[in-house]
Amino acid sequence: MNIVEWLPFSVLVPLIAAPVCALMPGRTVPWLLAFLAALTSLLITAIALPVLWQGEISYPFGNWPPPIGIEYRVDAANGLVALLVAAVASFVLPWARTINNFEVPERQGIFYALFLLAFAGLMGITLTGDAFNVFVFLEISSLSTYALIAHGWDRRALLASFRYLIMGTVGATFLLIGIGFLYMMTGTLNMADLAERLPEVRDTTTVRAALAFIVVGLGLKLALFPLHLWLPNAYAYAPNFITVFLAATATKVALYVMLRFVFTVFGYDYSFFALPLTGILLTLAIAGMFAGSWVALFQPNLKRMLAYSSVAQVGYMVLGIALATSAGLTAGILHLFNHALMKGALFMALGTLFWRVGSVRLDDLSGIGREMPWTMTAFALAGLSLIGVPLTAGFISKWYLIIAAMDAGQSWLVALIVITSLMAIYYIWRVVEAAWFSPAPETRTPVSEAPLSLLIPLYVVVAANFWFGIDTRLSVGGAEAAARALLGGSP
Amino acid sequence: MAGLGHFNYWVVVILMMIGFYAVIARGNMVKKIMGLNLFQTSVFIMFISAGKIIGGSTPVLREGVTVYSNPLPHVLILTAIVVGVATTAVGLALAVRILEAYGTIEDDELIDPAEQSPDETQPGMSSGKGDTSA
Repeated sequence: MNIVEWLPFSVLVPLIAAPVCALMPGRTVPWLLAFLAALTSLLITAIALPVLWQGEISYPFGNWPPPIGIEYRVDAANGLVALLVAAVASFVLPWARTINNFEVPERQGIFYALFLLAFAGLMGITLTGDAFNVFVFLEISSLSTYALIAHGWDRRALLASFRYLIMGTVGATFLLIGIGFLYMMTGTLNMADLAERLPEVRDTTTVRAALAFIVVGLGLKLALFPLHLWLPNAYAYAPNFITVFLAATATKVALYVMLRFVFTVFGYDYSFFALPLTGILLTLAIAGMFAGSWVALFQPNLKRMLAYSSVAQVGYMVLGIALATSAGLTAGILHLFNHALMKGALFMALGTLFWRVGSVRLDDLSGIGREMPWTMTAFALAGLSLIGVPLTAGFISKWYLIIAAMDAGQSWLVALIVITSLMAIYYIWRVVEAAWFSPAPETRTPVSEAPLSLLIPLYVVVAANFWFGIDTRLSVGGAEAAARALLGGSP
Repeated sequence: MAGLGHFNYWVVVILMMIGFYAVIARGNMVKKIMGLNLFQTSVFIMFISAGKIIGGSTPVLREGVTVYSNPLPHVLILTAIVVGVATTAVGLALAVRILEAYGTIEDDELIDPAEQSPDETQPGMSSGKGDTSA
């Protein structure tokens, strides 16, 4: 068997493991099952990626040739995103075991089953080449995500989950309307087929409305300002493991779907030149960068602070894409990859602190740097990457973003990127200062350093931030190949 | 009657707006979910209408049938209905849990808790969620 026949298993294994997992008693067996399923997906996507750099591969389900049957069509763009999702799941799960025993002590079988469904949904969205299939997988992952967020320890998790459910469903239904319009105009749901047939009918109101509905619907899912309102609470009150996983994958996958529709299905010359998408996305991206960073400056709850920072970082990604150049697209995809690493590491550090202290409020965490030096050092190192200090992954993505802005003749964007980076320095420094230079609050009982079972996975992700800041063959090479694949026409 | 020629689509737009209004304007969570359902249903009608051909028969292979309705939208919407039912189920389950935890499902009575109270507690110490004891 070659890799083409193996590829669907990166979705099917977690999907099939999920119901099995729900039936398993105890804590170890469900966790092990989830870990093995994620590892399987990671192996398959990692083996497939070098093949994808050469060209796309297609797997028709049930041997029905596309466009009649559903196919998985994978190229460098979704191969990279799939690898990212699988890698995040595989590297976070070893860390999550201790955390989940603390935060979700009961019925872990169902908890991990939901996680596997969300994971399989995200992988499915990424790999499929069928527009309606995207909607179905989006809802699979969203529905399980709502349930997972509601597992949070605080009762506000329920409210956050309900609001996300309302906004997420509206977003997904918008996507469905857009896909419906496309189907009415072309009679096909296969993305490659759509791309071929759309040029004949592109100058109709229906197709323009379809693009608008799809962009708005996915804008809700990827938390594009001002559609980000669900994100801060959902991230802040979800169990820490779920926060790490969502922050590193969910918005990234939604962004990828938007790229796929805007660049492949509609074609970038249509999306960006027939419609004023550049202006809209650029405005919203900049507004998001500033609004997100600004609110993050004053958040007493550190998880909410990082969540608002995520809104700002989504702004960077969309900024690169809105430039509608090859370099801009590369920068956007590169930041998509690097941001998963830095936010993953930051939220993991916070989760570790929460495991010991029982709070992620800045007041409760003052002086923690002396009690948990290794965890706080990890936080600070990942924070350097978020700020964009040289030798970190964050520097690479900001470097490419600035180059892309200069190339596009939009030098004023450089100033905005630098200003929002300065804001990031402030909100990260605020935490570092409180952790090392403030006295511990008297209400807190002294805590000791986290065990190695938490620190080792945490430092693996932190190390990845530095690895991809120095060796950029995978991240930059992957982003360039992805940009080529997206601009090159059919998926 | 040109205006009534697209009767289905008028219904779709009206239903969609009623549903969307309920989602945005209603404070009661069950009403929000009902609005969401209306919103989704309008999209289902849109898909089904697109598959209908006037004078077309059912898409079953038999003698003398040349014009038939497109069955694919029906299949798609069957899937979308399942998604809608699942969404409603999760939404209602959350509403029940919110009622247990807060004693109300009216948005107005829930002061935006995220912004206001800083009462974050450890697992097992939170009010209203007794089953998550650590």
